[in-house]
Amino acid sequence: MIRTFKRIAVAAALLAAFSVSDVSTSRAASKATPPPPQDWSFSGVFGTFDRAQLQRGYLVYREVCAACHSMKQVYFRHLVDIGLSENAIKAIAAEFEVAGEPDEDGEPTERPARLFDRLPSPYANDNEARSANNGALPPDLSLIAKSRVGGADYIHALLTGYLEKAPAGVTMGEGMNYNTYFAANQIAMAPPLAEDGVEYEDGTKASVDQQARDVAAFMTWAAEPEMEERKRMGIKVLLFLIILTAMLYAVKRRVWSDLH
Amino acid sequence: MSAAPEWKNPVVKWIDHRLPVFTFTHHSLIDYPTPRNLNYWWNFGSLAGVVLVILIGTGLFLAMHYNPSVDHAFDSVERIMRDVNYGWLMRYMHANGASMFFLVVYIHMFRALYYGSYRAPREVLWFIGLFIFLAMMATAFVGYTLPWGQMSFWGATVITNLFSVVPFFGDAIVQWLLGGFAVDNPTLNRFFAFHFLLPFVIFGLVFLHLWALHVHKSNNPLGVDIKTDGDTIPFHPYYTAKDAFGLGVFLIFYFAFAFFAPNYLGHPDNYIPANALVTPPEIVPEWYFLPFYAILRAVPDNFIDIWGILPILVTAKTAGVILMFASIIVLFFLPWLDRSPVRSAKFRPIYKQLYWLFLADCIVLGWVGANPPEGTMLVIGRIATLYYFVHLLVFMPLLSRYEKTRPLPDSISAAVTPQGSSQSAQAQGA
Ligand code: HEC
Ligand code: HEM
Repeated sequence: MIRTFKRIAVAAALLAAFSVSDVSTSRAASKATPPPPQDWSFSGVFGTFDRAQLQRGYLVYREVCAACHSMKQVYFRHLVDIGLSENAIKAIAAEFEVAGEPDEDGEPTERPARLFDRLPSPYANDNEARSANNGALPPDLSLIAKSRVGGADYIHALLTGYLEKAPAGVTMGEGMNYNTYFAANQIAMAPPLAEDGVEYEDGTKASVDQQARDVAAFMTWAAEPEMEERKRMGIKVLLFLIILTAMLYAVKRRVWSDLH
Repeated sequence: MSAAPEWKNPVVKWIDHRLPVFTFTHHSLIDYPTPRNLNYWWNFGSLAGVVLVILIGTGLFLAMHYNPSVDHAFDSVERIMRDVNYGWLMRYMHANGASMFFLVVYIHMFRALYYGSYRAPREVLWFIGLFIFLAMMATAFVGYTLPWGQMSFWGATVITNLFSVVPFFGDAIVQWLLGGFAVDNPTLNRFFAFHFLLPFVIFGLVFLHLWALHVHKSNNPLGVDIKTDGDTIPFHPYYTAKDAFGLGVFLIFYFAFAFFAPNYLGHPDNYIPANALVTPPEIVPEWYFLPFYAILRAVPDNFIDIWGILPILVTAKTAGVILMFASIIVLFFLPWLDRSPVRSAKFRPIYKQLYWLFLADCIVLGWVGANPPEGTMLVIGRIATLYYFVHLLVFMPLLSRYEKTRPLPDSISAAVTPQGSSQSAQAQGA
């Protein structure tokens, strides 16, 4: 019995080892430093998002990153989840003009964005995005926290990991910036954050580190808005299963007792 | 063997007289005679069945919201995650369920290897199992294409391309599989159709698998045949209770992944929409294909310089593909490669050691498969590939001939029950 479980544990460990080696290799080729782990309100089994932080992060995205990056999977209506009131979201949405239905003459129209619209994209298409960014494509950020190893840690590290001058011996490409954490260290995105670049309504000091932290938290929420519900349900399901399994074990022992 | 049960309920009785489903179920799940000494490694068959049902159930709900078109597939999966009620639950149970399916089936297969369950008279049972395994691989491969991320696209490109090594018709076959010259909308459409169909083919195969099982009954840790009624116990309540407990343990493990580390077994690149113009730095399959991926890439491009003669006939890529398919096909010959008079490794001191080496070898192959085929990795991959075949094709036949096996017990009950062992002690004493 105990041996059996030991072996199951070994199998599980091996399974885990597989996926770790798998993840590490995809970045192994680059010289990038692994991002240092940060404290996040949402890490761990019981972790939840800090609503105030998500709202600050959305402000950073809206005022800074949205100039170049889309977040196409996020709709205005989703933002009630970060604790904004419906009226506040409607007001923010109304600041953006989006394509409306054609008018009675078939001419294209524009209208203010509404709750059911996606967050607007800065560029009409990838070509326009590239041509405005020196040939580089700013990726959509809706899933960035899931599509990069390290998630929030990586985003925070990337935004704070710029060096003003590349280390000696490194030749930089035209318009490239040296970043400790980016694969191959040369990134086309100029350092986007500046000290006090945004003004937080809740009075938090908008240092570069703080903004990076907040926007990384916001990206994590955007990538997995279901996270809190998932963990809450997971705890209940696992507790239920643990109790049920303990009972099933007792049943099994009883049923087998006349054989042993 | 107990007689057909008397049905009391008049409706049940009426139906059973015309179509004996109740009698059939009774014989196969209730009074079905099962060796009394099965250990927990025998739980994995029923676990695989449960996972298959979970995959079909969650898959059905995903299919209601999924859109198999290159312009909408990725977004429709994201809609499932964000807007469909409990869509994230269905998707994470499905994606992690596929991993669990393979984990469970791999354990199930290695159980068969340890206890010689593939040996006569269970060869056909073993074959059907291997067909299930092949169908699972096909299902998971086409399923992984559906979310239309970067790994979906590039994985599909690499694997369909393997068929180009078929002589003369290679390119035509690839075009026919893809529905065009590259992985594109027609590919995604047909992969979705296959992904919906194949699980039901697996379901049918599972039925045959159980049918074959019930003809000669389960093997057991001792590997000796069932001889008397004393060797068996009815499936219910003994094994229903044991399987239910095992299922509980398994579900805890499975749901720990699905709820708390749902993307741990997946690749981050698959959250980047497919892009035919950007090749990911490393194309790696899901963990359960890694050992085969390692074998595929064990034959390097400089194969020609190393082996001299063979490459006149086949290129490195062809050899890799042949080896990969051969690695599964040899398993079909296992019942004849292993001719030992004894089934269970318990009584085969040398095979027991080699078994663990073989298992380690498969794990090494998986580890190599996750890494680029260069330098030391390539060397290790080649040695591990070679050992894989040497174990099956050379060691198994040699062992069956030269291994000195330990004496078998007279029967299951003689070995595992106190009455049985005292009886056999008396018999020996007499
Ligand atoms: C002036 C335009 C611009 C602004 C503003 C901007 N970015 Fe970028 N960003 C880019 C470009 C261009 C790239 C592509 C870089 C490359 O591929 O070298 C990029 C890439 C990224 C990446 C992907 C890095 C990787 O691993 O591939 C992240 C994450 C990112 N930006 C986050 C942000 C965040 C968060 C903000 C707001 C604080 C922001 N960006 C503001 C232009 C911008
Ligand atoms: C043998 C059983 C099955 C296996 C091994 C399997 C495997 C997979 C895998 C590996 C994926 C990709 C998961 C991801 O990364 O998101 C997937 C996706 C999918 N499967 Fe299955 N599947 C099975 C049964 C089914 C069935 C029966 C259906 C439909 C009735 C189905 C419908 C889908 C759909 C719609 C998707 C795309 C959505 C998504 O990517 O999450 N599957 N499957």
